[in-house]
Amino acid sequence: MLRLAGKRLASMILIMLTISFILFSIFEGDKLNVATKVLGQYTTMDQRLLWLEQNGYNEPFLTRYVHWLYHFIQGDFGTSIQFQAPVAQLIGEALYNTGILAFWVFTITIAISMVLGVLSGIAEGSKRDRTITVLSVLTTSVPEFASATIFVAIFVFWLNILPGTSPFTSGFRWNEIVLPVLVLVTYNFGYYTRMMRASMAEVMTSQYVRTAILKGLPYKRVVMRHALRNALIAPFTVMVLQLNYLLSGVIVTEVFFAYKGFGLFLYQSAMFGDIYAVEACTMVAVFVAVLSQFISDVGYTVLNPRIRFS
Amino acid sequence: MTETIIETASPPRPDSTLKKLGKSILLLKESRIGMFGGFLVLFWVVIAIIVPLLPLQDPLAITRNAVLKGLFYTDPRQVFHYLGTDNLGRDILSRLLWGSRLVLFWSCAATIVAYAVGMLLGVIAGYKGGWWDEIISFIGNVLLSFPLLVLYLVILTNFGANSQAGLWLKHMLGVGPAVISGVMIIVAVMFGTAPQVARIVRGLVLDLKTRDYIAAAEVRGESPLYIMLVELLPNARGPLIVDACLRLGYVAITIALLGFLGLGLPPPDPDWGKMINEARSWGSMGMNAMLWPAFAISSLVLGLNLLADGIREISLRD
Repeated sequence: MLRLAGKRLASMILIMLTISFILFSIFEGDKLNVATKVLGQYTTMDQRLLWLEQNGYNEPFLTRYVHWLYHFIQGDFGTSIQFQAPVAQLIGEALYNTGILAFWVFTITIAISMVLGVLSGIAEGSKRDRTITVLSVLTTSVPEFASATIFVAIFVFWLNILPGTSPFTSGFRWNEIVLPVLVLVTYNFGYYTRMMRASMAEVMTSQYVRTAILKGLPYKRVVMRHALRNALIAPFTVMVLQLNYLLSGVIVTEVFFAYKGFGLFLYQSAMFGDIYAVEACTMVAVFVAVLSQFISDVGYTVLNPRIRFS
Repeated sequence: MTETIIETASPPRPDSTLKKLGKSILLLKESRIGMFGGFLVLFWVVIAIIVPLLPLQDPLAITRNAVLKGLFYTDPRQVFHYLGTDNLGRDILSRLLWGSRLVLFWSCAATIVAYAVGMLLGVIAGYKGGWWDEIISFIGNVLLSFPLLVLYLVILTNFGANSQAGLWLKHMLGVGPAVISGVMIIVAVMFGTAPQVARIVRGLVLDLKTRDYIAAAEVRGESPLYIMLVELLPNARGPLIVDACLRLGYVAITIALLGFLGLGLPPPDPDWGKMINEARSWGSMGMNAMLWPAFAISSLVLGLNLLADGIREISLRD
């Protein structure tokens, strides 16, 4: 158990280091490009060279990388070119907003998919099962920017009950977060439901569930106590791994609704060429993805005692 | 298993592939959902092929005093627009149908490239094992640690059509910005998709390579390349076909999504994501121009997903 966790942790750090090196080479490999980005298009070559000299860019590439990494690990991400503020502070605020969004999306998605997954998994092949399966395929087929368009048409322009953007100009407001959550839940719940359904259907055919039913236990209790607990193992890993994909969806949704979160910040920085901000955002995104992979791997062994021996 | 040996040993008869294809299409009839998906996909494929022959308006023609109009609108020049016009007075129906061509072409191209690279790497990693496997799997893990869209953003903002790399490529190849954008999108999709394909293929190959016919081929003295390409890959095709169908749907979403984010094919070419993006800033007035491309991309992806479901259902049956 500990050995596995240690091994995973080591490979996680190796991957993060590799990616940090690749990103540094892409963004800061060409130092004149950095100077141009920071000082702007309309500066002279002398100004750029002076800036490079003053900011220690004339060191060899590897020295610069180690130096950058040293500062980066300490949380010194540099100053955003676009917003003229420390990147760490900007990312913190953005992550807080995205955290609120992700929390609601995750909670609601898991609640819906558990209920639907169990309902269709315990009656495989029934009409209810078919309906739920078709519904989940249907909603997973509508990409976020398309469903956002459709929801805005319905709730903003037709029914006129929700705002079409979520800029939070006058503080946090509940009605501004409804549409982003709705869009993300719609796209994501289908996949989770199908995972849950498959897992539940498999458990329902197992010997111990049959025994429990034949023993005369109430059906509800068999489903809730015996089947559901065991059926949760496989979807757990998948749900945590899905965080990686959820983040892509979060970027699109935040851009669509101008929701001031991590995704919008990353997008704006990438489009503007805000080097330091993109570097930091990408590393944070990769960190979240790698961490979720780690949790999913280790969590699986904790939840499923059978694979500890293999 | 004996069947496979005979199949690969004797030269295929000219009608066998066609017959097989016909058979599998007939099989699809057993899954109603799969049929429906197949029809949706077929609809867009047919549209994409015959769109130059359809009596449509010019998708790029701008009408200045007929912008953002609703359904069945006749503009001042007595030109009839079935689905209305967009923010520059261009015909939405025409742009929608021409857009299917762009989306399908670039997503098929990107999927094929990603699949070719992914299958090759996967089969090498699975069959050769050892260092090959270590290195390929590590590169794959590095790439898969990026959230997909973040990877695309990093690649396309640094190496897109307007970057130094893009401009250099444009100069070297002497092609237009649309082609460069398309190539860069293919490269980005390849980096995001090929590792996933490689991982699946590697798993399948690890299973297949213990089979007797591989041992037989090795004893026959076939080269590793022959074994990988002729013995292993064709026998791993079953799960790959379903996966390719789903993957094509994701890639189609990606192409439209990049258009939406302003990283796709350059204007004025109509792609569905860009159509949504262009109409977006017009609020309720742009709603008509936004909804149609949203329905279009959704129906195409729905078709591909249902088709994949149908194929899987049938392949599980026997």
